[in-house]
Amino acid sequence: MAALTKEETEALIQEVLEIYPEQAKKDRAKHLAVNDQSLEKSNKCITSNRKSLPGVMTIRGCAYAGSKGVVWGPIKDMIHISHGPVGCGQYSRAGRRNYYVGTTGINTFGTMNFTSDFQEKDIVFGGDKKLAKIMNEIEELFPLNKGISIQSECPIGLIGDDIEAVAKKANKEIGKPVVPVRCEGFRGVSQSLGHHIANDAIRDWVLENRDGDDSFPTTPYDVAVIGDYNIGGDAWASRTLLEEMGLRVVAQWSGDGTIAEMEKTPKVKLNLIHCYRSMNYIARHMEEKYKIPWIEYNFFGPTKIAESLRKIAALFDETIQAGAERVIAKYEAEYDAVIAKYKPRLQGKRVMLYIGGLRPRHVIGAYEDLGMEVVGTGYEFGHNDDYDRTIKEMGNATLIYDDVTGYEFEEFVKRVQPDLIGSGVKEKYIFQKMGVPFRQMHSWDYSGPYHGYDGFAIFARDMDMTLNNPCWKQVKVPWKTDDTSKVAVAAGA
Amino acid sequence: MALRQCAIYGKGGIGKSTTTQNLVSALAELGNSVMIVGCDPKADSTRLILHAKAQTTIMSLAAEAGSVEDLELEDVLKAGYRGIKCVESGGPEPGVGCAGRGVITAINFLEEEGAYDDELDFVFYDVLGDVVCGGFAMPIRENKAQEIYIVCSGEMMAMYAANNIAKGIVKYANSGSVRLAGLICNSRETAREDELISALAAKIGTTMIHFVPRDNVVQRAEIRRMTVIEYEPTAKQAEEYRQLAIKIRDNKNFVIPTPITMDELEELMMEFGIIDDVDESIVGKTAAEEAIA
Repeated sequence: MAALTKEETEALIQEVLEIYPEQAKKDRAKHLAVNDQSLEKSNKCITSNRKSLPGVMTIRGCAYAGSKGVVWGPIKDMIHISHGPVGCGQYSRAGRRNYYVGTTGINTFGTMNFTSDFQEKDIVFGGDKKLAKIMNEIEELFPLNKGISIQSECPIGLIGDDIEAVAKKANKEIGKPVVPVRCEGFRGVSQSLGHHIANDAIRDWVLENRDGDDSFPTTPYDVAVIGDYNIGGDAWASRTLLEEMGLRVVAQWSGDGTIAEMEKTPKVKLNLIHCYRSMNYIARHMEEKYKIPWIEYNFFGPTKIAESLRKIAALFDETIQAGAERVIAKYEAEYDAVIAKYKPRLQGKRVMLYIGGLRPRHVIGAYEDLGMEVVGTGYEFGHNDDYDRTIKEMGNATLIYDDVTGYEFEEFVKRVQPDLIGSGVKEKYIFQKMGVPFRQMHSWDYSGPYHGYDGFAIFARDMDMTLNNPCWKQVKVPWKTDDTSKVAVAAGA
Repeated sequence: MALRQCAIYGKGGIGKSTTTQNLVSALAELGNSVMIVGCDPKADSTRLILHAKAQTTIMSLAAEAGSVEDLELEDVLKAGYRGIKCVESGGPEPGVGCAGRGVITAINFLEEEGAYDDELDFVFYDVLGDVVCGGFAMPIRENKAQEIYIVCSGEMMAMYAANNIAKGIVKYANSGSVRLAGLICNSRETAREDELISALAAKIGTTMIHFVPRDNVVQRAEIRRMTVIEYEPTAKQAEEYRQLAIKIRDNKNFVIPTPITMDELEELMMEFGIIDDVDESIVGKTAAEEAIA
């Protein structure tokens, strides 16, 4: 199907909005836009980070999800207590595929669920005592933990538990960092505020721990990887490239990360930000307080990888710059082979995305490397600085949708008819049933890594096997089949 | 006789618990079967009936046992003077947890365990002074108390509170069967107090059901952790509580209140000389500023 013109896309948005009541129409109109690369600022065309409308089937999460699930959860050698009733921790347990090395239950705790399991009496009398007791039990049962974080669920904010006081006391008693996080789910409009709160907790309770301590030997090539959650091993595939070009990765935030790495981060020379949305706050803080510069980079697809490696290297000396070129050259034959194999099978295919923090813009280059085009994209919980960065990555007259509703997304897909959709598990089966090939782009559909040159090969293979899967040819709508008897049998059965 | 459920509200410190326990004792004296449900974490709603410092509460017993489901009715229900059944919801120390949730949990427990049996004639809920959250409105929600009595006096803040409580009742009255049943004036011996409270009652659509005069015998009885009815049944004050009990027993005047605006309330107070006419020119002026002017 041919690409829509600017006018056609505008008309499509109007048509989709038509069904809404007046107020909802007015509100949702601000979140839908036709991309225009000439715009410098996205606020000219789109509104973001606003409260979702009731009843629209938003797929956003909550502040607790942003803190416990995204930022803190992957710190593998700490124990993260889901403070409140059991559900929040249990139903989010081990769901995010942030891989780590270690022996779970001994020196790492990533996939386990620790919760204060609130009962009526804890609501009525407060949970402080129980929390203190849990921490003592943790020390006894899991002595190799390197610290504890307290992730507040909704009731904590309502009953006013003084988790800061409990944390300070426990910190003195056990001599390890104990971090209270006020990430009650009802705060803010999405998980985005949870990221910010989690960043602030790191700032207030972790980063200063080694101020004035110069015992850690530094090098001029020390960097930290910030905002890589190691989904399916992404951070590992990224880290090797940085190391091969001569940099020393001191810390990984927070996929496969440790509290010690976080504490050492103020000693690095440069912070490298992959997921800007969830961790720009802490990078800005380190810039202000420790004068550590930061840059964003993108390790999806060879074009963006090479661009990023060179951009990073430009901030170091010639050794590193030569290192970057060496790395790019080393992998060239490999990624050329990937492109040679898959591009002919994927050329010209059109993709619609709807994802979380960085991917709605970061994966565009990887698709383009395979000859594909992203014709629609949007963020669950992005802010306008995300859309500012997206405008340039997307073609003119493509669709941009913020906090898209279930209805809007379906209608857009019906009209745009993409060859592939990349979104989350809640969207997957709807679109598959509509006969559209689909990849989960939060969890990599249980595959990955997708970062780095290694990841690109897997990314290309996955897109191909999804898009060109013979199963799609078997999807026939009943009213288009010649054999009406089958339908009759089915109806009679 | 069908069970009548009544809730007593009013400004903190106005004498709700004392009035309730004396009233309930008088009702028991009249041959009624009565239960008091204390809805205040302080748990001081039943001490005069039980001669106890403070009754062990539902929530504290539940915390000890593990959960409220682990409790039996007889663990929490104590019988006191003339067989009056006493129960306290209980709750946290000030500054922690959620006392409102404690009230909700406790009342649900009583209902599920069948505390409101057929033998009972009256249940009285004695509720903490300020309705600070949904939990403390629990007794006036659907299928709980249907008659609300507000204890007040001729003092300004007590009247403000009474009017505010009336506003709270309107909210639930429109969706349920809760009604305002009258004001009980617990006298502080302010000027023309009975007239003033009668006038206020008329304005919000109800009556002053009884004027309880001030009498030191109440304090004397209280020191002994007793009601006046029990401590000195022949005292004049005991007779006042008996009259209050009879009036409540015979009360049929249940209304959806018509709370008045702040301006109307201030006008009423001015009329009775409780406050002076508001001079707008002095609002927000410090003493020092006034001295210069």
